[in-house]
Order: sequence, then C-alpha cells, then structure tokens
Amino acid sequence: MESENILKTCLHDRHVALGALMSPFAGFDMPIRYSDITDEHLAVRKDVGVFDVSHMGEIFVCGPDAEKFINHIFTNDIRGYKPGKILYGMMLYPDGGVVDDLLVYREFTPDHFLLVVNASNIDKDYRHICECAAGYDVKIDNQSAVWGQVAVQGPRAEEVVTKVLGIDCAAPLGFYEYCNSTWNGKRLIVSRTGYTGEDGFELYTTLEGTCEIWDKLIAAGVKPCGLGCRDTLRFEAGLPLYGDELSETISPIMAGLGMFCKLDKEEFIGRDALAAQKAQGTAKKLVGIEIEDRAIPRAGYPVELEDGTQVGVVTTGYHSISLDKSICFALVDTKFSALDTPLWIRIRKKVFPGKVVKKRFYQTNYKK
Amino acid sequence: MSKIIDGLYYSESHEWVKVEGDIAVVGVTDYAQAEMGDITYVDAPAEGDEFDKGEEFGALESVKASSDMYCPVSGEVVEVNQDVVDAPEKVNEDAYGAWIIKVKMSDPDELSALMDAAAYKALTDK
Repeated sequence: MESENILKTCLHDRHVALGALMSPFAGFDMPIRYSDITDEHLAVRKDVGVFDVSHMGEIFVCGPDAEKFINHIFTNDIRGYKPGKILYGMMLYPDGGVVDDLLVYREFTPDHFLLVVNASNIDKDYRHICECAAGYDVKIDNQSAVWGQVAVQGPRAEEVVTKVLGIDCAAPLGFYEYCNSTWNGKRLIVSRTGYTGEDGFELYTTLEGTCEIWDKLIAAGVKPCGLGCRDTLRFEAGLPLYGDELSETISPIMAGLGMFCKLDKEEFIGRDALAAQKAQGTAKKLVGIEIEDRAIPRAGYPVELEDGTQVGVVTTGYHSISLDKSICFALVDTKFSALDTPLWIRIRKKVFPGKVVKKRFYQTNYKK
Repeated sequence: MSKIIDGLYYSESHEWVKVEGDIAVVGVTDYAQAEMGDITYVDAPAEGDEFDKGEEFGALESVKASSDMYCPVSGEVVEVNQDVVDAPEKVNEDAYGAWIIKVKMSDPDELSALMDAAAYKALTDK
C-alpha cells in the first residue's frame, strides 16, 4: 500500500535512479536491494559497500545533569567514558522491557551527548526521554530530520573514507570511537561503528553533505547496499534488531545482552527487573539454531521438540550467505536453550532437525 | 520486461502450465522469478502427492522471502524436477525451462479458468 505520508531520506531520488527495489521500513520508503542481496552482502564482507542510514534518529542531550540523566535512562554505564567514545546499550521500561537499543556518543563539549536511535522508534524514544527528564537539568533536542547518515562498511572502508572522501581524523579511530570533522564547513561526525560485523564508518552530516558524500562514493565505484543485506549481515554477526530480538517483551537478559546492562550502577530504569531476571532466570531465552537443510527458517516459524511440542518461535532466519548454512535466532523455553540441544523447526508442512548453536554465527572483523 | 510465452496457461499466482496430453507441466513465470530475486531453495512436493486446484504445493525461497506456489490444476504429482531442486538458480536463469512438477490432471476442464499469454501480460503490465 502506498501511503500518503511515507517519509523519504535525502537520498531517496538517488535510490530510485539507481533502480533500487524500494519498500516501506520504519515509516520511510527505503531501498531493499539495488541489484542482488547476495552480491551486496559479499561486497561488504570482502570489499566495501555504502548504506543510506539517514532514517536513523539523532537526539542530542546536554546540560549540567546530562551524564547523570543518561545513566538513569541507559543500561550501560557512561561514567568514565572519555569524549569521542561511543557506548551501546538500551533504554528500558521499569519492567525490563526494551524501549529501544541505541548508541550514546560522549561529545567533546562537556555535558553534551548524542543518542542515535532506531528509525522506527524516534518519536517513542523522544517522548520517553522527555518524560523521564522531569527533575533533571537537561535540554533534549530531536534533530533526526536534519541529519543525514551513510554507513561505509567492509574491509576497504578505511581506505575509501580517507582516500575517496579525504576525511582525516586527528588520531586513528578505534572501533566505537568517533571524531568531529567538517564537510563544506558543516559538522561531520566520523564514527567507527556499524551494523554488519565488519570494520566500517558511519558518517553523519547535513542532508546536502550526505548527498555529496553519497555521490562521491558511488562515482568511485563503491557498491550501494540496501536494507536487505543490512539485515543478513547484522544477523550473521549476531546483532539484534529491535522488534525481532529485543522488544517490550524481550528483555536484554532474555536476548543474552546482559553485558550491556551494568547492574552494579546505583540505579537505572529497569534495573530491579533485570536484576530479578538475572537472579531467577527467565522463562525464555534467545538462541541460535542451525538446521541440516537448505530450507529457510523464517520469523514466526515454530520451534519444536521431536514429539511436536512447540517450545519456541523463530525471530530472524536466513540461509546464511557467508556460511552457506540455514540458521536462525529463536526465542525458546530456557530449559531447551543449552548449546547442542536438538530442536526441530517447522517450515510450512515439513519439520527439519537442528541444534542450538552460538548466536554469533560469523566471526566479526572489527578494528581493535 | 519479463518474458511471457505464447501457448502456455497462466495463473494469477504466477505459475505457468504447459499441457502435454493429460499431463500439466508446472513452473513459475519469469515475472515471478524477477520479483523474488535470487532463488536459493525449492521446496517441492513428493511424487504421488495429490493437490486440488489452488492448493499450495510448495514454495520458493529467496534470501529475503519465501513465496508459496499454488497448483494451477487438480491432480497427482507424477514427477518432480530434481535438477531444479538441486540447483534453484535455474529458475532465475530460465523460468520456463525450469519446470517444478508434472501433474496428471484429474479435470483438464480446469485449464479453461487459467489465463492465456495475452491476459497474463495484461495482468503483469498493471
């Protein structure tokens, strides 16, 4: 259904001109693939590719209470993190359900932070952050509409960012570090982050600057990559997608992301619920499952025991392009979540045997 | 532009049928394979399975999605194209050569409810 008020990123015309298959995602008309998902996936694994991720949200928080406030709404602990460092974590409801997963950037200006959130959750997150801010001396500014963002990902990403774009950082960036630069006199954030399991950069700047950066990359032969391979790449790397592997009902403990939740902090929203989940265990857990067939376990397919009892459901699944195996994430009863537990997946009318495997299916190649 | 071949029957769910006596040779159209992108898996029925007209008989999987296939005519599966099951990309390469199943029709009159090439072209041009 064509919606009247579907949003477009600043690069929308370029996607259409490149012949991309477009589809609505998180309220935006986004490119799913330009040519072939497998080719785009392999470009990122073996060479370099560029994604339009301008739909992501940028919410700035500053003020005397900013650090204390963010530590109140964020599961990870930003204390002691220096300017230029980035932290991954979640915002939770008091019951441990997830509002969103996000990146927190500590800015070089004291008491300034940037929160990068999922496109599908921008409005919800902004409301949540504002509601939680009562009693804190902070200013909250949702600038999502005026920032564009491209992600340059793959083993040649550093070469492309430095040579094709001529972007230079004062000091070499490690993974989850960023620097400020400029593009045509406007702020450019150069962030060594991504959502593919490869080394890469996310470049945030004005909408005009984003178009110029995109055009330079495409002219230099960097392969445009759509959301189709963004999903296959993040999935192989064991990275969750909000809505599938994290949600209001799937907590970080259930998803196996407890390492991003610092229960030793004095407090944060949802901490008590998570502490109880950690102490008592959760009824369900997110696992990886590999099946011995080329059939593809898709989201929503039942996970069963040999006798046909359903014990879980698939959240994301593919025939992995990098590994040539059919694998999935599934939320299953905790007693069947141990590695090597035999489980069966019902795919249409047939049932395929498989077993529990580690969720990080693919060995990631991040720059240390 | 996707390819459409004269002399075949077509279904609204994008299967084609080539009639050889009382046997219906069934595949998916060029339009369908192009919409799906790279096909990586063919979920085919077994020989001897019986399907009613319009019943799901299998599925194709691309990286991103699965797409069910519906039997255009009622009958019994007498042969499955193992070459295509073993090499699903053949559906992308030649949708009209890469038949999926052969069905012994129980009611050949059902063919009259399917589209000819001109009608199918009109459907896919929409």
